[in-house]
Amino acid sequence: MIHSLFLVSNSGDIFLEKHWKSVISRSVCDYFFEAKEKAGDPENVAPVLQTPHHYLISIYRDKLFFVSVTQTEVPPLFVIEFLHRVADTFQDYFGECSESVIKDNTVTVYELLEEMLDNGFPLATESNVLKEMIRPPTILRSVVNTLTGGSNVGGTLPTGQLSNVPWRRVGVKYTNNEAYFDVIEEIDAILDKSGTTVFAEIQGVIEACVKLSGMPDLTLSFMNPRLLDDVSFHPCVRFKRWESERVLSFIPPDGNFRLLSYHVSSQNLVAIPVYVKQNISFLETGSCGRLDITIGPKQTMGKMVESLMVTIPMPKSVLNVNLIATQGTYTFDLSTKVLLWDIGKLNPQKLPNLRGSLSVQPGAPKPEENPSINIDLKIQQLAISGLKVSRLDMYGEKYKPFKGVKYVTKAGKFQVRT
Amino acid sequence: MNGGLSSLRSEAAGAMRTVLVSAESLQLTLKPELTQEEQALTQSGRKAKEAHTAGNEDLKEMLESNKESLKLEAMKRIVQLISKGKKSSDLFPAVVKNVASKNIELKKLVYVYLVRYAEEQQDLALLSISTFQRALKDPNQFIRASALRVLSSIRVPIIVPIMMLAIKEAASDLSPYVRKTSAHAIQKLYSLDADQKEHLIEVIEKLLKDKSTLVAGSVVMAFEEVCPDRIDLIHKNYRKLCNLLVDVEEWGQVVIINMLTRYARTQFTSPWKEDAVFDDNEKAFYDSDSEEKQGQKEAKPYIMDPDHRLLLRNTKPLLQSRNTAVVMAVAQLYWHLAPKHEVSIVTKSLVRLLRSHREVQYVVLENIATMSIQRKGMFEPYMKSFYVRSTDATHIKTLKLEILTNLANEANISTILREFQTYVKSQDKAFAAATIQAIGRCATNISEVTDTCLNGLVLLLSNRDETVVAESVVVIKKLLQTQPTQHSDIIKHMAKLFDNITVPMARASILWLMGEYCERVPKIAPDVLRKMAKSFTSEEDIVKLQTVNLAAKLYLTNSKQTKLLTQYILNLGKYDQNYDIRDRTRFIRQLIVPNEKSGTLNKYARRILLASKPAPVLESAFKGQLGQTPLPWTNEMDRDRFQLGTLSHSLNVKAAGYQELSDWPAVAPDPSVRNVEVIEPVREWAPSVGKAKQPKSDDKFYSDDEEKEEEGSGSGSEDSSSSSSGSSSSSEESGSESEEESSEESGKTSSDSGKSSSGSEASSSESEPEQKKKKRTKKATQRKSKQSAADSDSDENGSGPVGKTSSSSAESSSESDSEEDSDVDSPPPPSPPQKKTVAKTKPKVEVKTKKEVSLLDLDDFSPAPPSAPKSSVFSSSLLSDLEGLSLSNVSSAMQVTTPSFGPVKTYELLHHMTGKGFSAKYHFPRQPCLYQPSMVAVQVILTNSSDHSLEEIHIGDRSPASLNIHCFNTVERLEPGASVTVSMGIDFSDSTQAANFQLCTKEDQFSVSIQPAVGELLMPSTMTEPDFCNEQKKLMGMNETSASITMATANTSKQNISKQVLSVANVGVVSSGQNDLQRFAGRTVSSGALVLVTLELREASTALLTINTEKSVMASMLLRDLKQALSQS
Repeated sequence: MIHSLFLVSNSGDIFLEKHWKSVISRSVCDYFFEAKEKAGDPENVAPVLQTPHHYLISIYRDKLFFVSVTQTEVPPLFVIEFLHRVADTFQDYFGECSESVIKDNTVTVYELLEEMLDNGFPLATESNVLKEMIRPPTILRSVVNTLTGGSNVGGTLPTGQLSNVPWRRVGVKYTNNEAYFDVIEEIDAILDKSGTTVFAEIQGVIEACVKLSGMPDLTLSFMNPRLLDDVSFHPCVRFKRWESERVLSFIPPDGNFRLLSYHVSSQNLVAIPVYVKQNISFLETGSCGRLDITIGPKQTMGKMVESLMVTIPMPKSVLNVNLIATQGTYTFDLSTKVLLWDIGKLNPQKLPNLRGSLSVQPGAPKPEENPSINIDLKIQQLAISGLKVSRLDMYGEKYKPFKGVKYVTKAGKFQVRT
Repeated sequence: MNGGLSSLRSEAAGAMRTVLVSAESLQLTLKPELTQEEQALTQSGRKAKEAHTAGNEDLKEMLESNKESLKLEAMKRIVQLISKGKKSSDLFPAVVKNVASKNIELKKLVYVYLVRYAEEQQDLALLSISTFQRALKDPNQFIRASALRVLSSIRVPIIVPIMMLAIKEAASDLSPYVRKTSAHAIQKLYSLDADQKEHLIEVIEKLLKDKSTLVAGSVVMAFEEVCPDRIDLIHKNYRKLCNLLVDVEEWGQVVIINMLTRYARTQFTSPWKEDAVFDDNEKAFYDSDSEEKQGQKEAKPYIMDPDHRLLLRNTKPLLQSRNTAVVMAVAQLYWHLAPKHEVSIVTKSLVRLLRSHREVQYVVLENIATMSIQRKGMFEPYMKSFYVRSTDATHIKTLKLEILTNLANEANISTILREFQTYVKSQDKAFAAATIQAIGRCATNISEVTDTCLNGLVLLLSNRDETVVAESVVVIKKLLQTQPTQHSDIIKHMAKLFDNITVPMARASILWLMGEYCERVPKIAPDVLRKMAKSFTSEEDIVKLQTVNLAAKLYLTNSKQTKLLTQYILNLGKYDQNYDIRDRTRFIRQLIVPNEKSGTLNKYARRILLASKPAPVLESAFKGQLGQTPLPWTNEMDRDRFQLGTLSHSLNVKAAGYQELSDWPAVAPDPSVRNVEVIEPVREWAPSVGKAKQPKSDDKFYSDDEEKEEEGSGSGSEDSSSSSSGSSSSSEESGSESEEESSEESGKTSSDSGKSSSGSEASSSESEPEQKKKKRTKKATQRKSKQSAADSDSDENGSGPVGKTSSSSAESSSESDSEEDSDVDSPPPPSPPQKKTVAKTKPKVEVKTKKEVSLLDLDDFSPAPPSAPKSSVFSSSLLSDLEGLSLSNVSSAMQVTTPSFGPVKTYELLHHMTGKGFSAKYHFPRQPCLYQPSMVAVQVILTNSSDHSLEEIHIGDRSPASLNIHCFNTVERLEPGASVTVSMGIDFSDSTQAANFQLCTKEDQFSVSIQPAVGELLMPSTMTEPDFCNEQKKLMGMNETSASITMATANTSKQNISKQVLSVANVGVVSSGQNDLQRFAGRTVSSGALVLVTLELREASTALLTINTEKSVMASMLLRDLKQALSQS
């Protein structure tokens, strides 16, 4: 399965290597660098590459490449999924997944990788199990460790791996027992230049943060479970209960986890919270163009639209922009040609507007296509699909937990074509 | 001193723990306390490498000290060295001493080191073995497991016997965790020493019997690696694996599912047979054992093996897994194993995966692309999920484009082409070029849109980007080759553009077209040749070759005009630097110029050069064959030969260790091999807390008395298991669909397109490329013979495909006319190009002006004049660039904002009560009709809610008999519960008279009628405000109908008004400067009469509604409908 792993920084520096079988020279990465060179943008590197003796399967995440080497047939998604799981684990342990943080924690990273794979086959990927064996570094602990020579490796043995609920530690104890559920929905949409919806759908997840003592058995039910068209669960959810009763019944992992991701059935019309009036044009002669964008609320269900942000990847021939924003600030990145307009809250009385001129490289032909507008927004206290949690019950433990449900709507891949 | 020094050092090292330690910096920090030796080293100023060793010396010292913390520190630094790939093998003796340390972290780090370097230092590594051997006997299972893990990871051949022994012992350990580790160790030992295979297989056999979910995944992995061909080992464990599957950890699930896919393909018969009868049989099958005998008796009808069904049923819940690899594994299992009609349950899950990371998207899209070639229907409902975003990575864009092209069919082609219009303008030029190819493929596959696509591509020739133009030329060339008869004006047009095209491939393509069809453009071709003669020396090689070709062909057809030119070009070619060109010139000269030596060949020159060439096939890159898309995997064989979801499929190359998926056996091997004597309950499942799966059936299944029974008879267990679970899944199996449905469907569409392409070679079936190819070559040879017969005839008839003589002669006569007129005479193709309708439609002023703009565009190669940023004007000019791609002949249809996306009203056509379970609904998609411009497009959704499948659904008699309907293709078979959307076109002749016809199935006929609302008989039309006023003035008096209406309060905003109006009538909004005046324009579909709607808002929510049109009946009806819509809230 997975033979070796190389972590490569964006600049092409191999800063960590780990081999689970015999050692493979890092020169195998040269094929990867070649592909990277050819692709230009790191996003464009093909995830699966073939070299004379090996196969390279890589992911690009947080400006890092995780390049894994295999020698035999393996489902590519198996490796890709695992690599993402590794990145998730780093994120979980160190708060971020970046070159510097990995370099700072090389030993912990190595210990983690050692536990996650045995002979190239995933062994322990559940974060609860891992945390039992290797404690995440905290500032206090690292200070203590340097003074006393203590270790990050847990003294206990990973009993979690044996239990029938491998995702939960035993003997969890909290003084405040709390369970929070965030229903987060994202609107994916493509609008055409007249504002008509070409494509729209809602994807949602329920992120949970459960800090409950003992072995609680939770049941979460919805007011309108029919809305959920396609779902995927955390392994803790009992599938049969969902099939028969449409309730989520589970023994939760300890801490943060994603309980459920769902797709709202496409029969339901998707409410588009904002409309965009835009006019971006490039003049045929003379090196300039104009830009005029106004954003207004459309179907917000009476809620405030927040963290509104507009991103426009400009054509490469645009040299600079000279704009005036009635609200918020804009920045234009000269190297990537990305115009970013951070609006903040959307005031329905006074609609934010951004207008002005674009200066285009003289002599360059008029761009064929106008850039598309990507919108980011957030609406608190609203699940745009109308999904509502009806109740949360706990069985198996005696105490009364504190429960909370929060709804947020965000823009996912929300694109306006111009 | 020693103590002080070491504490200092530990402090220094602690401070640096988080920094990258290079040897130099280490020395700097330690400088005050340098030992003599080290001082000597630094003073002599040695190189970094030696300094490095010095650093290791230091580490060695730390490792040999007595303090745990120092040792740990040293090990951490060593691990950092390992992680950077730096050598530290010289420390091996010092490190290996610590293998027995009590400190767990230290021990683990030593293990890391040991595993990394044992291979290099085999002798020393042996020192550690005894430690592990001792640990293997430890009472704690985790210590045993980790000892085995490390021991088996040490790749030292000498210890193979020890490993073997340890593995055997661990395989019968009480702890499942240790057994799991031993399964991993099997693979390690096998890779170290393949001779141990036989012994290892014994262990695998033993572990396969293990009932722990912990072990299952790992042992199957070992099986796959060591002895994937020993399928016989699986038999006894098959049912257990199926049942355990849900509870195995996710990575194990992937491996097991993939293995079981392979297994099932060798053990069960194909569920894809055509004459399958398993609707009721199957349900009954699970109910009683008497059925089994019945199944054996009737060998003919297919009955799914219960074990086969068990696998399908038990993997289905895993589609809900959060692990994308598991979902993909289940999807491929269904694809390769499930009856055709069940495969589509994986669609939703696969589409869900597209939300995941970029890399996951890539792999999933690749698989969907392969699937969508064979099974369009599976993904068609999710077509919009494959729309491209500008932020997608290029390879993802290309894959999505591929899938969209695969999904294109008559019903959705207009939507897809509209989407393609956006892509063509993409900044990503490689992607734009790929889109053009995709358009070309759609054009050849769906004959209805060939002309529209062609026109659109012609418009693209005026694009500013060279790659786009070049790609268009190449694709046009291919398209023209399929239908060469009718497109002389396009060739002329390309000739005009010739001077402005610089991409060699495009120039060469145009020249080739000129030569090939030089008889259709007798005036232009010689002129092009003249130009080429001038610039010959400065052209690229490929262009030169085509110039020579063109010259030769012209010489043969029109030697009067071109003789001298040809000779000139041949002379130039004779002295060209490139030997290819010199060769070609020499060859051509011999062939065409008559002289005494050339003899017989000369006579056949014409037949050699002007033979009709078979048209190229534009095909999916995922089908392989033609390397025309710029994808990396072109020119290779079919991808679908590989199991989906595998590395080999992704790379389209057979990867090392790939296991072929065998074909279904004709006769199933004995199913009794899977019978097991006793299945003990697996207690580790934890009945109370684990996933509650099949609680009832399990109880029954595993109850004690049952067990005894099973001991008695093996088959008993099988029956009870299948019967208990059969009831739970009866719903999913109740469908009695034919498996071949979709393949039939796809076959049908392709054959249809073949039929309607009127003898041309446009049909390219994707399903049977080879057969087609054969046919084509046959056709070509036939044609050749025909042609030679016709050779003596006039020029026009000689090269045209069979049966097209009339049209070509018509064209040749019109060629002397001006270009614009030339088309009028030609017979109307299924959907005529725009120009024709412009000439035909009566009130055409505004359309014509628009048309002229775009024609000017083409001629002058200068795009529309810079427009002031008044949005509507600007956008319309942009749109006109590509409107040829749109399907309408009324060019404006695409500019209307809402037509096809608004909420559509659905009407009942046939209620399921009257239709005996067969129901039909219809709606007006408000898209221009593909079949004939005067028809209104209607989409009909046929649903079968009866309990048997319906066959041969088609349209029967109609009344009035003159009613012009374009029927949908006969639906061969509609399964119970299934529904299908078909599109048809009806010419209502601008009246709201209902179209009555009969909807027939094989057994029944139902009279139904479609009654159009008056608003649906219109097509939107775009015009400017002044144009509107002009037209309105012409339609005063009798042609004007007006009424004053009271509006509902909710409707007073401008937006709401237009929404209401658009919901009633399919008209276009005319942008207006006045706030209180709203205008809408449309034309009737049949006769193209203008319908103008004006709404003048007055005070207090009253308004004056005016309708101007020649069709006064329509006006009054429309007025009534609008009034109703606007007054109700």
